[in-house]
Amino acid sequence: MRRLVHWLALVASAMLTLAATAQAPRSGGELIFPVPSEPPSYDGHREETFGLIHPVAPFYNTLLRVDPNDPAGTKPVPSLAESWTASPDGLTFTFKLRQGVKFHDGSEMTSKDVKASYDKIIFPPAGVGSTRKGQYALVAAVEAPDAYTVRFRLKGPSASFLLSIASPWNFIYKADLLAKDIHWYEKNIMGTGPFTFVEHVKGSHVVGKKNPNYWDKGKPYLDGYRAIFMRDSGAQVAAVRGERAHIQFRGFSPAERDSIVATLGNKVTVQESPWDCVLLVAINHTKKPFDDKRVRRALTLAIDRHEGSKALSKIAIVKAVAGVQVPGTPFATPPEELNQLAGYWPDIEKSRAEARRLLKEAGVPDGFQFTFTNRGIPMPYEPLGVWLIDQWRKVGLNVKQEVIEAASFYSVLRKGDAQVNMDFQCGYIVEPDLDLYKFLSTERNPANYGYYQDPVLDDLYDRQSRATNVEERKKLIRQFEKRLLDDEAHYLMTLQWHRIIPHSAKVKGWTITPSHYLNNTLDTVWLEQ
Amino acid sequence: MASYILKRLLAIIPTFLGVAVLIFLLLRVVPGDVVEARYMGEGGQFQSQDQMQIERKKLGLDQPLWKQFVDWMSGLARLDFGLSMWTGAPITEEIKLRFALSLQLALMATAVATLLAIPLGILAAVKQDTWIDYAVRVFSIAGLAMPSFWLGILLILVLLVVFHWLPPMVFTPLWVDPWQNLQQLIWPALAVGYRYSAVSTRMMRSAMLEVLREDYIRTARAKGLWLKLILSRHALKNAMLPVLTIISLEFAFLLGGLVVTEQVFNLNGLGMLFVESIARRDYTLTQALVMLVATFFLVVNFAVDIAYAWLDPRIRYR
Repeated sequence: MRRLVHWLALVASAMLTLAATAQAPRSGGELIFPVPSEPPSYDGHREETFGLIHPVAPFYNTLLRVDPNDPAGTKPVPSLAESWTASPDGLTFTFKLRQGVKFHDGSEMTSKDVKASYDKIIFPPAGVGSTRKGQYALVAAVEAPDAYTVRFRLKGPSASFLLSIASPWNFIYKADLLAKDIHWYEKNIMGTGPFTFVEHVKGSHVVGKKNPNYWDKGKPYLDGYRAIFMRDSGAQVAAVRGERAHIQFRGFSPAERDSIVATLGNKVTVQESPWDCVLLVAINHTKKPFDDKRVRRALTLAIDRHEGSKALSKIAIVKAVAGVQVPGTPFATPPEELNQLAGYWPDIEKSRAEARRLLKEAGVPDGFQFTFTNRGIPMPYEPLGVWLIDQWRKVGLNVKQEVIEAASFYSVLRKGDAQVNMDFQCGYIVEPDLDLYKFLSTERNPANYGYYQDPVLDDLYDRQSRATNVEERKKLIRQFEKRLLDDEAHYLMTLQWHRIIPHSAKVKGWTITPSHYLNNTLDTVWLEQ
Repeated sequence: MASYILKRLLAIIPTFLGVAVLIFLLLRVVPGDVVEARYMGEGGQFQSQDQMQIERKKLGLDQPLWKQFVDWMSGLARLDFGLSMWTGAPITEEIKLRFALSLQLALMATAVATLLAIPLGILAAVKQDTWIDYAVRVFSIAGLAMPSFWLGILLILVLLVVFHWLPPMVFTPLWVDPWQNLQQLIWPALAVGYRYSAVSTRMMRSAMLEVLREDYIRTARAKGLWLKLILSRHALKNAMLPVLTIISLEFAFLLGGLVVTEQVFNLNGLGMLFVESIARRDYTLTQALVMLVATFFLVVNFAVDIAYAWLDPRIRYR
């Protein structure tokens, strides 16, 4: 009996060990992934394409990062900064840096490097591009009081400041290199990240290998990675299906997901998430009859977003019915509240009846024709464009679609001649300051193609941006959303994009977030045998 | 002959200039520019217009058109193609990277096309109106009907679904690893080569039929010469003339024209570079690529004309 118990105990402990080992990250292997776009330069402060982030982010760290295990992608956690404090008035943020962090050339990273990097982002010298400089308008100064402390002084309180420091674009560069040549990082790579640069063959691939001196001991798990530039989505699907590539970090369409799953079965894992990208309808307020808010409200009331979501999610990369924030994120309006806004009513017949009434009241005749300007990118502009035209037709509007080639789309919009056009927004982090900026008066944001001035909306934006109390901020964002989408119907939301990542089941340690710019340093990723 | 060659070479210059002016103007007529494509491509809502103007100034896009043209042409005269507006890298470097692959693919596809077209064309002509002729004609019409990129997609699907195998995704030069190189390029070469063999097969067949009806062929037959000898020594050279033109011009086209095929097979070639440079409004790179392809066409055309004189002794140039 004692011998039996002894053997049972041995077997049980062996099984437990096996189970633990099965989940523990395994070191080794090369992660291979296609990237649909190639970066024009290596400078994260300057570029804005995911084609830079996917192959180049693993060479760098940022001061803070978004928690790689947080599916909402909104929680800042330590990275090069191991802790931080904020002054009671919210105007000073002090970050304590990790000690002993080395650049790939062996030199130590200190506060001088962080200050130099942020000065380049926030106060770029003449001739230096900094795409997101506008987001740091509230920063008065960046200081480095000692080797391991960085201090940001703000002009006013900011609800989004911490998250903006977790921006995946804010690579920390070496100060000495910037001092020698401020453009050095456009053509060269040298960071503190989990991988070191091996090669970049233009048009072909980028290779990185494990940084043996990485400050986060035990990481990265991978021996290296290979990012292969592949424009064609068919080729990307074939690569994943053929198990030549493990994962594609941007996303696939529902049909592409289904074909990969049909081929690979349980060798593939599918992760899905609402995406911080959305197609919007910009209504040009300078063009009659769209200066009349009754007409604009009619346009949104005509759209059956709930049925559209069910149908379009089968063929396009869209799904959730959403307001100004990604569903499931901290500031998103709950569905029951959202459904009270114009264009979100569950009773579509009532909604369309109201739309027709408004059009009649505004003097818009039945069969009124206007032009809808769309961007020449198949997914998801094409299906959404067709859907919108169909929805507007149901309230007696006759819409002609004009498709403009992608590269010249925005220059056409900036001329201000389009009546109603598709617009687009993709955020790198779900944060109201970033997501709502688009809708500010054109005077403040020239990228507002509705061409309206709304000081009430601007004031709501400013107040929510300064509100450090979460509940107060939520209230202000709701008010903003109601005014934008319902009362004034300045812009129309279509459907939230939906991110679908079918990947090899061997890939572990990577969690999908609403942003395809996040979670790309690959330090937590490992390959199961 | 020498004066003919000289005249032809001199005639290249106005053609060259005409292409240069046309491509320069066409690119600037299309809305949008490289700064727009770079900073507005993913929304660009935080990008300031002032910053974009600074970028335009750095690239010389604020200069008057005539100055931009003169700068470019004077660079061309020195064989200095300038820098890519998108990457800032020298254009020669951008093209050099992709040239080897495109050239190899063009050569392989042409070899496939020639190896198929000539024997099949001859066979169909000799066996005119037999089942062999019909089979060859069906084969060539199928090639004409099938776009090469579609055939490429089909090939990849067959390889993946039936053999659970895909060609390598990254280009390895022939001199580094010939086996890896051929594994990648044989498939697009077959897809493209088959498509091009279709045109050449039909041309070979009809040219051969015409030649076989000539008096000197009848004389050769009457003399009792073997068919093989008649074909190889008397008929083929003359029948080759139009086929040579087609094969040569197709080859010139292949160098920058395989855009969709390169996308399907994920080949880092000149075709993809071409399309990307246009989509990005990278004026300098697009202009350089157009001039490269135009030069190639002109040179190939010229070489074909000279080859005509060698193939057909009746042709004499003055």
